[in-house]
Amino acid sequence: MQLLSFALRRLAISLPSLLIILVGVFGLLQLAPGDTVDALLAQMGGGDAKMIETLRQHYGVDTPAWIQLADYLVRLVHLDLGYSAIYGKPVADVIFERLPVTLLLMASSLTLASLGGVVLGVIASRYVHRWQDTLISTLGMLFYATPAFWLGLMAVVIFSIKLGWLPAGGFEEIGVEYSAWGRAADIAYHMVLPTITLSLIFLATYLRIMRASMLEVSTLDFVRTARAKGVDETSIVTRHILRNALLPLVTLIGLHAGTMLGGAVVVESVFTLPGLGRLAYESVVQRDLNTLLGIVFISALLVILVNFAVDLIYARLDPRIRGKGN
Amino acid sequence: MNLSRRTLLASVSAAALAGVLPKGVFAAESTPTKGGVLTVQLGAEQRILNPAIRASTSVFIVTGKIVEALVDLGEDGSIVPVLAESWEAAPDGKSVTFKLREGVTWHDGKPLTSADVQYNAMQLWKKYQNYGTQLQLYLDAVDTPDDRTAIFRYSRPMPLDLLLRAMVDLGYLVPRHLYEGTNPLDNPANTAPIGTGPFKFVEYQRGQYIIAERNPNYWRKDQPYVDRIAWRFITDKSAAAAAMETGAVQLSAYNQLSLADLDRLKKDPRFSVGTRGNEANPFNNTVEFNHRRKELADVRVRRAIAHAIDVEFFIENFLYGNGKVATGPIPSVSKAFYPGGTFPYPFDRKKAEALLDEAGYKRGADGNRFTLRLVPVQNAEDVPLFGTYIQQSLAEVGIKVDVVQLDNAGALATIYKEWNFDLATGWHQYRGDPAVSTTVWFRSGSPKGAPWTNQFGYKSEALDKLIDEAASEIDPVKRKALYAKFVQMVNEELPVWFATERLFTTAASVKLQNDNNTPRWPSSSWHDLYL
Repeated sequence: MQLLSFALRRLAISLPSLLIILVGVFGLLQLAPGDTVDALLAQMGGGDAKMIETLRQHYGVDTPAWIQLADYLVRLVHLDLGYSAIYGKPVADVIFERLPVTLLLMASSLTLASLGGVVLGVIASRYVHRWQDTLISTLGMLFYATPAFWLGLMAVVIFSIKLGWLPAGGFEEIGVEYSAWGRAADIAYHMVLPTITLSLIFLATYLRIMRASMLEVSTLDFVRTARAKGVDETSIVTRHILRNALLPLVTLIGLHAGTMLGGAVVVESVFTLPGLGRLAYESVVQRDLNTLLGIVFISALLVILVNFAVDLIYARLDPRIRGKGN
Repeated sequence: MNLSRRTLLASVSAAALAGVLPKGVFAAESTPTKGGVLTVQLGAEQRILNPAIRASTSVFIVTGKIVEALVDLGEDGSIVPVLAESWEAAPDGKSVTFKLREGVTWHDGKPLTSADVQYNAMQLWKKYQNYGTQLQLYLDAVDTPDDRTAIFRYSRPMPLDLLLRAMVDLGYLVPRHLYEGTNPLDNPANTAPIGTGPFKFVEYQRGQYIIAERNPNYWRKDQPYVDRIAWRFITDKSAAAAAMETGAVQLSAYNQLSLADLDRLKKDPRFSVGTRGNEANPFNNTVEFNHRRKELADVRVRRAIAHAIDVEFFIENFLYGNGKVATGPIPSVSKAFYPGGTFPYPFDRKKAEALLDEAGYKRGADGNRFTLRLVPVQNAEDVPLFGTYIQQSLAEVGIKVDVVQLDNAGALATIYKEWNFDLATGWHQYRGDPAVSTTVWFRSGSPKGAPWTNQFGYKSEALDKLIDEAASEIDPVKRKALYAKFVQMVNEELPVWFATERLFTTAASVKLQNDNNTPRWPSSSWHDLYL
């Protein structure tokens, strides 16, 4: 019951921001010169005035912008995301086709980045200012400073073109019949490079945060107390320091859920994954307003959900927050 | 560096020469093998896979295998029959009779009849197809005296050579029984095409791939040879090059790879990279002038701008030598109309300065004569490069250029809907006959908003008259003479400048056989292709 009211309260706070985001994106796309018919004509290589008029009617862009916006919001209340101009089918269908790919990429990258970040951060903090720490910190800085698309392309050059170990792109093998497990394995095989590429940037951040917060927590009084009463070092690190040092990391993961959608655009393009990021990019280029607004809506929901989950984890890790939450 | 490029060029021209040799010499050596899967890279997803209402190379590269047209281009560039077996024009040029091939069936088993031709011409080409609406403007009716005869009736004489050459791209047939009574723009068959072609549509996974498989009932007996074709969407150009190199795709056409990667793959023995098979689709880098600007309304200023830009240098250093300086609005590969000659305003900075002085635009205290706004239509990687090159070249002669960077849709709207530009640059694509794609750039009276037409504020009654006359002249010899006159007048006035003349580059795995054997091969049906 407590949990439910907490969830509902969070949702209520999110609704106004969701509305602002949607109206803002709508306005931004209206400011961009050219509409979806111009984008279509660019792709087709021209057309005459009468045909263009027919197309404008077909795509419903011949009405004033505020009417289009009002229509959109009314439809949204009925949970109808509208029709996609590029794909000629309901936006909800288009998005739910793409969502699993992006979710898989995000979940696997976040998992890899946070696990790797925790392990490396802990090692770095245990060997602070020794060669292990220097090595890990340097590598971390290097990955943090490298753009994702370059990392991705280099990974493709080395592991796909030169060594031939991993596929250069795609979500799965085309036109091959697999069993359910075979298909899962095939998808996993295709996701190795994209996951590593997307996670490396975040891994660098996480390991630095972990290192810093481990060092900070290890100087606190309760650690000294634990040591004084003779708790062995492994228990101190895992049960006392690590648990407390995880708090800032968990906050960051919640914040990154949104950033990751942005990073996914680049990684999905480089590895030709049919995900939401690429769909969003395509919708902007093609001025497909309904699809773009749909993606923004779903992404916003996603970020709200992830942050909600983070709040719950937070409360689990730190009893003090549970108290305030009530 | 320079030297190596020259040797490279030499080897490329040697390869081009080899391509000129009769195909039979090589074809005799091997017999086609059946089977195999061909994977093709696509750079962008199309909204509609229906060539009867969307005429563009990126639609044809998929649908050209599934859906067929009445005619196509043969190896030597002449018109060859496909779904039409023969054709004949009436002496007055006002009707053209097509005889359809017998025993052709749609992929769903229904027979192809002249009623299909009638429906496509009257309801799809004439109403919805880009360029088709213009071509069939004077089409009054299509009569179908029997199942195999379709008679096109025009209210104005229609030159047979123009119609046939245009129909190679604009004459695709989709089944009437699936489209009749529906809105053709959202018919489900638009994304699951049914045709008569050598390959049958299987599956379209949005954002990922399209698959088509061998049509066992194809009317060309024992063809096609390939079992399956898969088209993969790879939008990122570097990723596309990587996919070629790992062998995940075997073909990338219409410059979907970056110019640098094409140049690199050219040296790789696993690929054949070249312009062969694209002779019917030449294109130009263009410079459009907004004649509403008083400076640009002066022909001397337009000529001065042409004199100020070293196009040869641009081709050599930015396009990796792929292309040549255009001599006029009709490209040299268009054998039926190309009048020869040279471009009258070669690179000459002194002359440019003299012309600008003469026109009364002297350099000011800051060295500038005037400032222009340049809008590039960024549908290709070389367009922004050419934009910057124009900017720097014109700075040398005292014209300051501000480049306005917009994406495709934005640039098109800015130039053609809002007329908010001084200079524009992009591509002109030649579609077989000047009357289809080229004269619209010069003919006045195009309604505001139609892209790639004369929205430049240029009007010459003499040129308009010539354009109209040439479009309805049924004697091919006279037509050619009229277009020679057209080229001469355009070169004199330079209302729009076609600066370069280029062909698309195709990168293909050397495993492909019988590839690039027609002048519009990437768009063609690939019925004789094997691996």
